[in-house]
Amino acid sequence: MDELKLALKVDDKDNVATIFANGVADGMEVEIRDKKGKMTPVHVIGDVPYGHKIAVRPIHKGEPVIKYGESIGAASADIRMGEYVHVHNMVAMRGRGDLREVQG
Amino acid sequence: MSITFQGYVRPDGKVGSRNLVAVIPSVICATDVAQAICHAVSGTVGFFHHQGCCQLPIDLKRVTDTLISLGCSPNVGAALIVSLGCEGTDTERLVREISAAGKPVEVIHIQELGGMSRAIQQGTDLAQKLAMEISGLQRETVDISRAVMSIKCGASDTTSGMASNCVIGYVADKLVDLGATVIFGETTEFLGGEHILARRAVGGEDGPVGRKIYEIVNRMEERAKAVGEDMRGGQPTPGNIAGGLSSIEEKSLGAIVKSGHRPIQGVLEYPQMVTTQKGLWIKDAPGREPEILTGMAATGAQFMLFSTGRGAPQGFPSMPVIKICGNPNTYERMRNDMDLNAGVIINGEKSIEEVGEEAFALLLQVLSGRMTKNEAIHYTSTMDIYCLGPVI
Repeated sequence: MDELKLALKVDDKDNVATIFANGVADGMEVEIRDKKGKMTPVHVIGDVPYGHKIAVRPIHKGEPVIKYGESIGAASADIRMGEYVHVHNMVAMRGRGDLREVQG
Repeated sequence: MSITFQGYVRPDGKVGSRNLVAVIPSVICATDVAQAICHAVSGTVGFFHHQGCCQLPIDLKRVTDTLISLGCSPNVGAALIVSLGCEGTDTERLVREISAAGKPVEVIHIQELGGMSRAIQQGTDLAQKLAMEISGLQRETVDISRAVMSIKCGASDTTSGMASNCVIGYVADKLVDLGATVIFGETTEFLGGEHILARRAVGGEDGPVGRKIYEIVNRMEERAKAVGEDMRGGQPTPGNIAGGLSSIEEKSLGAIVKSGHRPIQGVLEYPQMVTTQKGLWIKDAPGREPEILTGMAATGAQFMLFSTGRGAPQGFPSMPVIKICGNPNTYERMRNDMDLNAGVIINGEKSIEEVGEEAFALLLQVLSGRMTKNEAIHYTSTMDIYCLGPVI
């Protein structure tokens, strides 16, 4: 049997989970584990390196990407459930000179 | 039962985990002489920085203040100041204030002594005398409340915020509860998480400490904008991005986990040292290793807990750095540089609390003299002083 491929979801509000497994490739099934240990299977879209993220539900373009229960940026394209999420389809909203920032 | 460690009690009441002669060039131009002296004399460490001349007055004061704080830091037993003779650093005040902490201090001036070889000769004699003078000092049993821990993460990946930083957070809470002092920094890596920190400030988000946290983050962002740039491209680093961190916010939210959960007592300026402060404090310093390691040693930290995912091997001349690795793959690859494996948390083999207790046991040993891996292989030269203005 193949080794269980795990994606950890840190906070209930999160719409991404982090994969801690080597060799996760497009179409493979991984188990999303939440804080309580509840497992949900999802098919991965894209090859996802160790420590990188996937969406645990669809995220629309412009919507915040949530990890640790907080915004870590915004989707720069529509993202499907299970899809690889990184700098190609999300952008930081902080530390930028081209945006007026709102804090707190 | 009280928790204790074996430390060097200094005349000013601070407690060191090491007993070193600091050879301090007051300006970059004196570095080669200071290096030669360090090579010649046992028990010495050099604070080799790149500052001290042709800088704005605010930075020259900052360099002087930081070198004073390093000289007064508890792991330093005596100091030899190596001056060129024409620097912008206030060498006289440097000597005076380190002496006022009750430590033996000597000074040499390269120009006055007639050049490099004579300065090396004279400096070597003086450093040898200082090393002999402090070498007989014995460690004493002191309470854990006299520990000052600095914390940092570097070469981070997504395991940092989920494993190694959680371990540091556990230890930070434990030390604060035991009455010790914990210092964290990396102001750049508050971006996106500053509201969480400000709410933890004593007096709340709208109190003076809460407002100060917002202020130092703004200051850091404005400095980048002042040169017509923003943080993107610099933070997160290419290594962070390869490790799966997609934005500065994601990096920050993972980074602040290591500060634990206790109230934030206040913000220390970069050169500032702790005197009577207890509990959790922020030091306003950027995340890059040379500058923050210096800032933390200047604070008076006796050691640092350093979390990494991709594998940061460096250390500081006078402050042992304990490496806690969150990534199990990196730990296997770099185990000669990593002191503790927190990758077992990612693998589900141990809990944060279990690894936290291992880290706590190790730090008590390091405080009492056990070497960290970076000390054992002399990876200890990572230092510089964080300045604000241009070189002029």
